[in-house]
Formats: sequence, C-alpha cells, structure tokens
Amino acid sequence: MLQGINLACVRGDRELFKDVNFSLETGSLMQVRGPNGSGKTSLLRMLCGLSSPAAGEIRWHGEAIRPLNEDYFAAMTYIGHLSGTKDDLTVIENLRISSALSGFEISSDQASEALEYIGLGGREHLLVKVLSQGQRRRVALARLLTCKTPLWILDEPLVALDVTAVKLIQGVLEQHLQQNGMIVMTTHQEIDIAAASIVQLHLA
Amino acid sequence: MGIIKRDLLLAIRRQSDVLTTLFFFIIVVSLFPLSVGPEMNMLRAMAPGVVWVAALLASMLSLNRMFSNDYSDGTLEQMLLSPQSLSLLVLGKAFAHWLVTGIPLVIMAPILGIQYDLPSEALLVLTITLLLGTPVLSLIGAIGAALTLGLRGGSVLVSLLVLPLYIPVLIFGAGAVEANMAGIGFEAHLSLLGAFLLVSLVLAPWATASSLRVSLE
Repeated sequence: MLQGINLACVRGDRELFKDVNFSLETGSLMQVRGPNGSGKTSLLRMLCGLSSPAAGEIRWHGEAIRPLNEDYFAAMTYIGHLSGTKDDLTVIENLRISSALSGFEISSDQASEALEYIGLGGREHLLVKVLSQGQRRRVALARLLTCKTPLWILDEPLVALDVTAVKLIQGVLEQHLQQNGMIVMTTHQEIDIAAASIVQLHLA
Repeated sequence: MGIIKRDLLLAIRRQSDVLTTLFFFIIVVSLFPLSVGPEMNMLRAMAPGVVWVAALLASMLSLNRMFSNDYSDGTLEQMLLSPQSLSLLVLGKAFAHWLVTGIPLVIMAPILGIQYDLPSEALLVLTITLLLGTPVLSLIGAIGAALTLGLRGGSVLVSLLVLPLYIPVLIFGAGAVEANMAGIGFEAHLSLLGAFLLVSLVLAPWATASSLRVSLE
C-alpha cells in the first residue's frame, strides 16, 4: 500500500501544492490530473524517491520511503518524461541493460519476446537514435513487461504513441492491476482501463 | 559489473570521445620539446612535471561527459532508482572512465617520455606513478562531475573544483620520477600515491553518490 500524507511541494518561492493526501491499495490505479505546471511530475518524482517533499511523508506498506530506499526501489518501476534509453545502444541492448539495472536479468530471448509484444519485432538490432519518438517510447515501456515490481509510477506513458500502441499499453496496465499491482500515472488522455478502483487525484 | 560493460560499449560506439583525450595528451606533451629546444638537461628536468600536468588536463577534458549524457537521456535517473547500491554503480562508472581515458595515457607515457631523453628506469617509474595516480583522477573527478551536473558552464566550474584536489597526486606523482632521477628512493612517493588511491576508492564513490542525489533533486 502506498500512502501520501499531507504532501507539499515548493519550487523556488512558489508553492505548487500542499496537503495532498491519498492512499493506494493493491489492484488500484491512481490518475493524477491537473493543468500544466500544477506539479504532477514533481509529485511523481517525490513518490519514486528522486526528490523529497517540502512537507509530509510518503509511506510504502506503512514505512516511510526515505530511509527505506533500496528496498523500495526494488518494488518500484518509474518511467518518466525522459526515455531512459541510450541513443548509441541497440533496442535490445537498451532493454537488457535497463532491466538488469533495475534488478531483473533477462536473456536475449526474453528481451526479444517483450519487444515483439510491444511492436518492435524485427527492430531489435537497430540503434535507438534511428527510431521515431513513438518507437523510443515503446522501448522505454517494454521495461514494464520484463520487470516484476508491484508499483509502477508512470509519467505521461501514452504520449507520442499511436492508437494501437495506446490500446496495447492499456492492456498491459490492466493485466498488471489484475495481478494485484499498483499504478500511479499522469495522462491528459482519457484512459479506458478496467480496474477494481480508480482514484483520481486533482492538483489545482 | 553490467555498468562497466555498458560504458565500455558506449565508448566503443563513440570512439571520437576517447581519441580526443588521448591526442590532447600526446600533443601537449610533444609541444614542450618543440618549443623549448633540444637542451637535454632541461628537458630531462621538466619531463615528469610536463607529463603529469598533461595527464591531469587530459583526464579533466573528459570528466564532463561522465554523467552529463546519462543525465540528459534519463538513464542516470534510472541508476538512482536502482535497487543496487548507487556507490557501487558510481565506482563502476569511474572504473570504466579510467579504462577508457586513464589506461591509454599510461600506455603512451613511456613512449612520449623518450622525447625528453628520460633514462629507462625513470620511464618505468613514470609509468607506475601514472598507473597509481590516474584512477585517483577519475575517482576525484567523478565528485566534481556529479556536483556540477546540469549547471550552465559546468565544464569550467568542474576544473576549478577538481584541479586543486588533484595537486597532491601531481606533487607525489612527478616527485617520484624526480626522486628516482636524483638517485634518492622513490618508494615513499609511491606509497603515498597508493594511499591516495585507497582513500579515494573508499570515499569518492560515496561522495559522488550523495552529490548525484542532490543534483537530481
């Protein structure tokens, strides 16, 4: 269970949000909404432990995430605005290296399988720098198929994707929720995901 | 470790980065005999200092790239969120940086030293001091690179931050070769260089990891 208690975020001398409270149970999805500049990305970076909140506390299974660090990281996958892929590595190298970094060593067969599923079959050995924006996004999202973490924190995962890919990713998210996973995501698109519970968090 | 393999693979794909450092070193060291003239005694006397200063500047040239590429494409973020220890990842990156920029300097130094008419024993001592000293440069440099990450004008700032910290390595590295040529023992200098290496092996990855966490906040 992921909990946020009285979270506040300050950027410079401007307060982006304060007193944000939520609690996310297994099998549920939290969609963070709000206009541009309302602090959605800042909130997600706090949730994954990259930055610390100006006030309040984030708890994972009842324990504060700050001293927990590496145990928490082992249970969490974050995909942010930046793709986290290397231009000078091939698609499959990127997937295998980033999976290994997050603690899941995968064989090249497993990697090919994931890439096939996400629609990059036959492009495994291309350098990422020759791919389109949407294809790069797919490489980043392929990590979701190879990781076995319960908590996914996704910042605009559907941006730059075409209609079929959006459907595909929504399917992956749905399946994750059915297997008692948890998802926190921001998106401006309307999402069509069947989940036990969908929490909407509005940032003003 | 995976991270070393990854950084080496990236270095192979972008050889120009590696070659720039090496050629910078070769050119700087070769400029001195050309400009000072063929005065053997003077060349011999200045050789250790020139080679060491050139090594310092060359290794600094590539410091900026140590984290900035990973920072701009988001892979550094993923390293910070990895369940593996960040200090160990940083150690791996510094080791890869040394393999790519330090080792070529160590190999070239004895060849370049011939231009200065150094005796063969002094060439050997020079190589050993570089072998012990260049990893320290990569380790200390990593702290500077992490602190200046994402700052405008970071490359100038990193030299101001890191060069003063390089001074002890420079003094004892060049000092060992001079001591050897003067016929006094150089073992004390080498022990000190070894001690610097051990201390920076323990402290630098930890300091770099903390700086990275601050820089990415």
